[in-house]
Amino acid sequence: MIRSLPSSKRYQYGFRLFIILYFIFLFAPLVVTMVLAFNDSMYPALPWQGFTLDWFFGNGPDKYGIFHDQTNLRSLATSFKVAVAVMLVSTFLGTCAAFLFEQENFRFKGALYFLMIAPLVIPGVILGISILMFSNTIGLFIENHFDIYVKFLGPGFPLVVLGQSSFISTIVALVVSARLKKFDHSLEEAAYNLGANRAEVLWFITLKYLRPSIIGGAAMAFLMSFENFNTTIFLVGSQATLPINMYMQVRDGSTPVINAISFLLILGTSIFAVANLSKGNKKIV
Amino acid sequence: MMKNRQHIKWGFFFFFLPVALWLFLLIVLPHLELLRLSFTRANTGKLTFDTYLAFFKEPIYWLTFVRTAGYSILVTFLVMVIALPVSFYISKIVKQTIAGALMILILVPFWVSELVRVYGWMILLRESGVLNHFLVSIGLFKEPVEMLYNDITMIMGLVYTSMLFMVVPVIGVMDDLDNSIIEAAYDLGASKIAIWRTIIIPHCASGLVNGGIIVFMLVLGSYLTPTLMGGKNSLWFTEQIYNQIILYFNWNQGAAFGFLLLALSSLIIWVILKLTKQNLKEVVK
Repeated sequence: MIRSLPSSKRYQYGFRLFIILYFIFLFAPLVVTMVLAFNDSMYPALPWQGFTLDWFFGNGPDKYGIFHDQTNLRSLATSFKVAVAVMLVSTFLGTCAAFLFEQENFRFKGALYFLMIAPLVIPGVILGISILMFSNTIGLFIENHFDIYVKFLGPGFPLVVLGQSSFISTIVALVVSARLKKFDHSLEEAAYNLGANRAEVLWFITLKYLRPSIIGGAAMAFLMSFENFNTTIFLVGSQATLPINMYMQVRDGSTPVINAISFLLILGTSIFAVANLSKGNKKIV
Repeated sequence: MMKNRQHIKWGFFFFFLPVALWLFLLIVLPHLELLRLSFTRANTGKLTFDTYLAFFKEPIYWLTFVRTAGYSILVTFLVMVIALPVSFYISKIVKQTIAGALMILILVPFWVSELVRVYGWMILLRESGVLNHFLVSIGLFKEPVEMLYNDITMIMGLVYTSMLFMVVPVIGVMDDLDNSIIEAAYDLGASKIAIWRTIIIPHCASGLVNGGIIVFMLVLGSYLTPTLMGGKNSLWFTEQIYNQIILYFNWNQGAAFGFLLLALSSLIIWVILKLTKQNLKEVVK
């Protein structure tokens, strides 16, 4: 039944077979995607027509690899910029929230805390449309009353960053809170007794202690932003992020250049994940 | 003393202000605006119930809604059924050294963008896909069969993309289950089924509820998996929202649909929490 108990051979092998099948189920689509990035064919399909790196480095006339594919490269750069901005915004907001809810007491704290965790159970699509509609209404209001067109409030980079940060900040807050809970307050008191002020204590004692969780939260924020589709789709302007650009190509039929991008993404996120996990950052959601 | 208190007040506002701005500008007000727009007539701005009436009058709308809700519950249930034995194997059966490696293997695929994972399934399963090529070449199929664009494939895809959010919390609670309880039950002659039914599943209930809420919400609000794997027939409710807002530019109808989806997800999560006597604060930890 469990490690310490005897069990029949049939039970053991049956269970092992189930787990092997589960892992095949997990990895089959990823492995197939990665392998087909190297197939010398115009379609992401078998038969195998020989090994090629054209879908990475090809520069025409019929195969444009990812490193020569301007549209995809541009969307990659957009995604990167968005992810860095979201990482900064949500790490700041999330850390503030962690301090606010762990260290301060005020009226309506429970209600505000409930509001903070609500984005986790609001579908991303709805966050996207509600923020789109709200900023549009404000934009119209300003335009009608002051005759100023505020570009900032239309779909585009700032709105994507705000929209993604609206729920990613919550995740950072939970990661940082988890560590702040274990913080020994006598360290702060000691610093106060030695004459430090609030800002110094915060900077030299508490934030130093929180550093691993803040870095972990920031890394997670970067990754979640980079991959986000559901919220972004409604807020994006003319500059598509990578997932949106890829979605258009996948929907309308694609070349193996998508496999090449996927290959790089899988490789990148795997390194990222293993590095993050080996640091003992077990929490992933 | 007085000086110190003022410092603390100042510190409080430093944390409170950004968090309050975030929650009000990006969560509360946008959702109020969503609600307001859903009751507003497009051109005149007058109060109307037409958007909600349209939902009930057009069978395609409410049927899609019911279908989405039903399939989301089904997917959540399937994910639980698969996650339990997988978690049990990793937590209780396999050697501890291997368990760590398996855990990383389970996590890595889920760090990869949903789009990449869905794309992997598409090139595996479509008519010109890898699986068809394989089955035809070994002679099992006479000609390729389209395995994409049906409900079963779509459900499998949804199970795949949301699996992790169940496995992680369930492994968490499974690790806390004392092996000696299972050993005692075994020594007293309990059958495997009895042990699962009376010890393991009740012990894992909290993990199953946590995972269930997140999985349900993600599946209900998912867009990529149903549209790409279910094709034109997928009829997922998020697609209706997307169509209203992006294609028909009917924001008021889209707002009503968005609000209905939000109401549905909140209602079901609330019912689950009430039935299992948990609260949201515990669940997101």
